[in-house]
Amino acid sequence: MPVYSIGVDIGSTCAKLAVVEDGRTLVHQMVMPTGWSSAETAQAIYDQLERQGYCPDSSPCVATGYGRLNVPYAQKTVTEITCHAKGAAFLFGTEACAIIDIGGQDTKVIAMADGVVQDFLMNDKCSAGTGRFLEIMANTLCVDPGTLCELARRGSGVSISSMCTVFAESEVISLIGSGTAKEDIAYGIVESIVNKVASQYGKLSVPGDRCYLTGGLCESPYILESLSRTLGLTVTSHPLARYAGAIGAALTAHGLARSERRTSV
Amino acid sequence: MSEYQLPAQFEEFSQARKEGFLRAKAIKDSGGHIAGTFCTFTPCELMDAAGVHPVSLCGMSPEPIPAAEKDLPKNLCPLIKSSYGFAVSDTCPYTYFSDLIVGETTCDGKKKMYELLGRMKDVYILQLPQGIDRSYALEMWTKELHRFKAALEEKFNVTITDQALREAAELRNQLRQARTALMELQKLDPPPFTGLGLYKLLDGLGFSFDLHSNLKKLTDLTAQLQADYAAGARPVPPGQKRILVTGCPIGGVLEKTVKVVEENGGVVVCFENCGGIKPTRYLVDTQAEDIMSAIAQRYLNIGCAVMTPNSQRMELLPQLVEEFRVDGILEIELQTCHPYTVERYEIKKLAHDMGVPFLALDTDYSQSDVGQLTTRIAAFIEML
Ligand code: SF4
Ligand code: SF4
Repeated sequence: MPVYSIGVDIGSTCAKLAVVEDGRTLVHQMVMPTGWSSAETAQAIYDQLERQGYCPDSSPCVATGYGRLNVPYAQKTVTEITCHAKGAAFLFGTEACAIIDIGGQDTKVIAMADGVVQDFLMNDKCSAGTGRFLEIMANTLCVDPGTLCELARRGSGVSISSMCTVFAESEVISLIGSGTAKEDIAYGIVESIVNKVASQYGKLSVPGDRCYLTGGLCESPYILESLSRTLGLTVTSHPLARYAGAIGAALTAHGLARSERRTSV
Repeated sequence: MSEYQLPAQFEEFSQARKEGFLRAKAIKDSGGHIAGTFCTFTPCELMDAAGVHPVSLCGMSPEPIPAAEKDLPKNLCPLIKSSYGFAVSDTCPYTYFSDLIVGETTCDGKKKMYELLGRMKDVYILQLPQGIDRSYALEMWTKELHRFKAALEEKFNVTITDQALREAAELRNQLRQARTALMELQKLDPPPFTGLGLYKLLDGLGFSFDLHSNLKKLTDLTAQLQADYAAGARPVPPGQKRILVTGCPIGGVLEKTVKVVEENGGVVVCFENCGGIKPTRYLVDTQAEDIMSAIAQRYLNIGCAVMTPNSQRMELLPQLVEEFRVDGILEIELQTCHPYTVERYEIKKLAHDMGVPFLALDTDYSQSDVGQLTTRIAAFIEML
C-alpha cells in the first residue's frame, strides 16, 4: 500500500497543497488564493483532498507558511524556510545552492547544502522586495502582477527610490501623472524588488553559485532574467517551484509517518 | 504626614503599580534613599556603602514610549525611550521616588537622554572610559569613582568608609556568585530551568532591596533545584536545542524572543547579556590594598559593545559556548542600537569560526513583528 503524505502551505496570498507518494513522487498539487481567513482556506484544502480520495485525517500531514497554525488536521507545523529548502532539494537536487523565495509578505534567501538549511535571511517587517509590493504596484498600474513583469521587459530608465511601499506607491502615482510610459514604470518596480532581493542575497554567504527561485514569482521569466543580471549568475526555476514549500512539507510529513511507525512497533 | 507625595494620577494606576508606588514610598518615608540606575557599569558598591538603595530603572515596557517620543526621536532604541518615558509620565515608582539617577557615558543615545532627564531629576553621570586597552583606563575610572563617591557623600551627608566599601563589595560578590551558581545549573542536560523562568526570577530580585534575603533566596533555590533534579525532576524535556542569548538587554522583548525559542524546540541555557552572565562573572578583589581601584577594575571587565575594542565579549562567548554546550547562538538586538548591531559582524564571524549556527534578530517593544520573529526563530531551531 502506498503511503500518501500531505503538505499544506498557507502563504499570505496563496495557499498551496502537495501530495507525495511514498516520499518520492509528487502525485497531486493545487494552488488557491488564501483570502482573508487561513482557517477557511485550510478547510477548502481539506475538502479538496477528500474529493481527490485522500484522507487528511489519517494521512501524515505537515502545515507550513504564515497560516500554518490554522490547519487543524496537520500533525506538525514546520516553517516555510525548512520546507522550501526540502522542496528545492526535491526539485533541483541536494547539491549546495541558494534558494530565493519571493513570497507574499516575506522574501527569504536560504543557503542549502545536502538538502538541509545552512543559513537564511528574511526581509524585515516592511514589504519592500516582496510579492505584496509587486501586487500593490500592479494594482496602481491597473494590471495583474504577471503582466507588470512582462511590461517591465520593454521598459527602462525609471528608478523607484523609496523603499517603503506606501511612499513607493505615491512615487508610482506621480510617475503616472507625469505621463511616464507604463513599461518604464513597470521596469522601475521590478528593479526595486530585484535590488532589494539582491542586497539580501549579498548578506548571506552562499556555497557555490547555484541559485534557484521558488515561490509565486518563479513563473515570470523576466524576474528570473533580471535577478540573474543583477546577481551576476544564472538564476533558474522549475514549473513546480511555487509548490516548493508544500512539497517540502509533504516530504517532512512522510518522515513523520515513518518515525511514528517505528515508535509504535 | 509623609513629606512624599504620590503622583497626581495615582488612583488611575493598576493594582500592581499602586503597590509598587506604595512600597517605594514606604522606603522613603522610613528615611531610605533610592538611586535609579540604568546599566551594568553602575558601581553599586558605592551606593550600598552610602546606605542608598540602587534600583534599575531600565525601561522594559512599550507603554511610556509615546510620552517619550514627545521629546525624543522616534528612531531611537526602545530601551532608552521607555526609560525616559517612565520619567516624564511619572508612571514608574522607582523613577518617581528616586533621589538620584546615576548614568554613565555608554552609548550616545543614553548619554544624551540623561541630559534631558537632568531637567527633571538630579542626574549624576560617570564618565566611563571606553578603551580598556589604555594603560590609564583603570586610573581614569578609579578617579571617576572617587568623584562619584564624593558626590554621594555630599548629597546624602554621609561618609563612605573603606570598611563599608569592602563589606559592600563582599556582599555584592556573594550575590554575583549566587547568581552565577544558579545560572550555571543550566549546564545540565536537560537544564533544570526554562530560560524564561530563570530570567524572570533573576530580574525580579532587582526590586527587592534586602540583599541578604536575596542572597538566601538564591542559594536556597539553587539547592532546591539541585535536589529536585537529583530526585529525577526534569521540567525541561530532553532533546531541546541549547541556545545562548547574547546582545542588548532583553527584558522588554522576552515574550517574543525567549518564550518563542522555548515554544519551538529550544531552551535558553545561557544569557550572556546584561541580566545574565556578563555582569556576574567578575568579582571585586576585596582584599586589595586600594578598594576603590579594585571595584573599578571589576567593572572594566564587562564586555559591553560600547567598549572599543570589546575584547572581553569576544573572549567570554567561546568559553560560554563550550561550558554550556551550546547548539546555537541567538543575538537579540534592539532597533537602532549601533553598538550591538554593528558589532554583530564580529560575533557572526566568531560563531562561524566556532562552527556554531548564529541568528541575529533586530526588534523593538512593539508587537508588529511577532509573526516574523516566530518564523525566524522556529526556522533557526529546525536548522540546528
Ligand atoms: S548593554 Fe552595555 S550599556 Fe546596556 S546596560 Fe548592559 S553594560 Fe550598560
Ligand atoms: S540597547 Fe544599545 S542603544 Fe539601547 S541603551 Fe543599550 S547600548 Fe544603548
